[in-house]
Amino acid sequence: MEYEAMRQFADTWGLVFLVAIFVFVVVWIFRPGSSKLYDEQAKIPFNDDGED
Amino acid sequence: MGLTTYLTSLSIAAIAALLLAAKADDAVFATHAWIFIAACGLAIIYQLRTLDSNRNMPEKRDGYLDGVVRAGVIATVFWGLVGFLVGVVIAAQLSFPVLNFDTSFTNFGRLRPLHTSAVIFAFVGNALLCTSFYTVQRTCATRLAFGNLAWFVFWGYQLFIVLAATGYLLGATQSREYAEPEWYVDIWLTIVWVAYLAVFLGTLWKRREPHIYVGNWFYLAFIVTIAMLHIVNNLAVPVSFLGVKSYSLFSGVQDALTQWWYGHNAVGFLLTAGFLGMMYYFVPKQAQRPVYSYRLSIIHFWALIFLYIWAGPHHLLYTALPDWAQTLGMVFSIMLWMPSWAGMINGLMTLSGAWDKIRTDPIIRFMVLALAFYGMATFEGPLLSIKAVNSLSHYTDWTIGHVHAGALGWNGMLTFAALYYMVPRLWSRNGLYSLRLVNWHFWLATLGIVLYAAAMWVSGIQQGLMWRTFNELGFLEYSFAETVAAMHPYYVMRTIGGIFYLLGAFIMAYNLWRTVVSPTTEKSAIVTPEGGQVAMSGSV
Repeated sequence: MEYEAMRQFADTWGLVFLVAIFVFVVVWIFRPGSSKLYDEQAKIPFNDDGED
Repeated sequence: MGLTTYLTSLSIAAIAALLLAAKADDAVFATHAWIFIAACGLAIIYQLRTLDSNRNMPEKRDGYLDGVVRAGVIATVFWGLVGFLVGVVIAAQLSFPVLNFDTSFTNFGRLRPLHTSAVIFAFVGNALLCTSFYTVQRTCATRLAFGNLAWFVFWGYQLFIVLAATGYLLGATQSREYAEPEWYVDIWLTIVWVAYLAVFLGTLWKRREPHIYVGNWFYLAFIVTIAMLHIVNNLAVPVSFLGVKSYSLFSGVQDALTQWWYGHNAVGFLLTAGFLGMMYYFVPKQAQRPVYSYRLSIIHFWALIFLYIWAGPHHLLYTALPDWAQTLGMVFSIMLWMPSWAGMINGLMTLSGAWDKIRTDPIIRFMVLALAFYGMATFEGPLLSIKAVNSLSHYTDWTIGHVHAGALGWNGMLTFAALYYMVPRLWSRNGLYSLRLVNWHFWLATLGIVLYAAAMWVSGIQQGLMWRTFNELGFLEYSFAETVAAMHPYYVMRTIGGIFYLLGAFIMAYNLWRTVVSPTTEKSAIVTPEGGQVAMSGSV
């Protein structure tokens, strides 16, 4: 790919694509019902309490 | 792998290395071939000597592969001491140049990469290896994947360290900061790293826990990104396949940008992402409460990954790099402030409701100080990346102060906390030998960092101002030698700070050693010689 074409893609659709992924992640983690799920996941380190 | 295959492949590797040693173009290449032969020989001897004994003794705890974690803990402490010691030596050389001793092997130019690699790759690298193996097994409720491949990763990584370190002392270097090892050492590290990735991914794959804990996301990002950075930045053409010298595939400003894309992301993914993985396991465990906000941990994970990779150009402000690329590096560095502080706040707020532990639990104190320095260093970093500030700070000791606030404060203190946490558990001891010594370590290290960072701030700003001072006729006010002379008191102060930090590390090594050799006793707390109580580090 030529440098100019890559620049063109990077500061238009490439930028939109990465921002869209990030916005999706932020929206996704606030989906209904996720609070309970994340509370459980936060406790994963304590599931293995045979040792202390 | 069967025993015969294993021994045969080791022998073939040794013979191949022997041929390389015989045909080598230069002494360093031959030395490294001999080191490789010695490594193969030791592996064969160890294998043959342990044939009779039941070396495949089942691990005691839930089938976790903890032997390699214990070895990693020992290596972390050992390389930490080596790296800090060399740091003190080169700090003393800058204060008193006579300490270069006028030999090529011990001059600052060779010892400096020995120091940086020893602390970043040997100390921090081993800390990440052993903590990632420790936590991924416990958060996935399964044993490390692929049998003894983890042992290959461990010993292969130590061999990489030895090859890198001896190369520096003998004068072999690519002259790329933090990527000094020559091409064949880079290839060896690539093999080891792919095995590391396989062990980590394989363990995640066979986990018995439905979800992948956020700490493992950070570790995985660290392993994958370091592989990518290492391979791209070390693309080089060797002059000969039997000699050390190679030339980078890139040239000019592309070479510089590739190097700092690598250099800054080594900070971002080795010293930051990997350590956040550590933080997300050890801080909740030691505080005995889950992380403050799991949602925040996911947001700041993705924000950190998306932003860090673009920040490298801030190392090349006011150079031949195109202006837009410099500005891009600066803007992304400033944006990076947010995910960094999200991580710091998430770690600190995990203590919400248990702030008294800072007073009562010395290990929590290490963690809180580490997070505080993480916050400070990630505030200072964006500040230094602003072009106007950088015009004063670049090439001065301010940068050195910044790096050490992050490395000694965040990476060092968090590693110490993780070591204090793991050692009693890995060796099935009821607690650490002495909490009083942990306190001594804490205050010596803290005082050391403060002395170091304060000296370098003052020195750096003074240096930058002296360099840009003009007299009324428009000439530079100070000659370069005058600015060097003016730095002397700060350099001495920095050396003293380093000695304090090193002393603290020696106290830790003694304390951990006594913890390991002390006989296992019953559950009740034992009384230490100095009258204090030894309690499980988690329940002080």
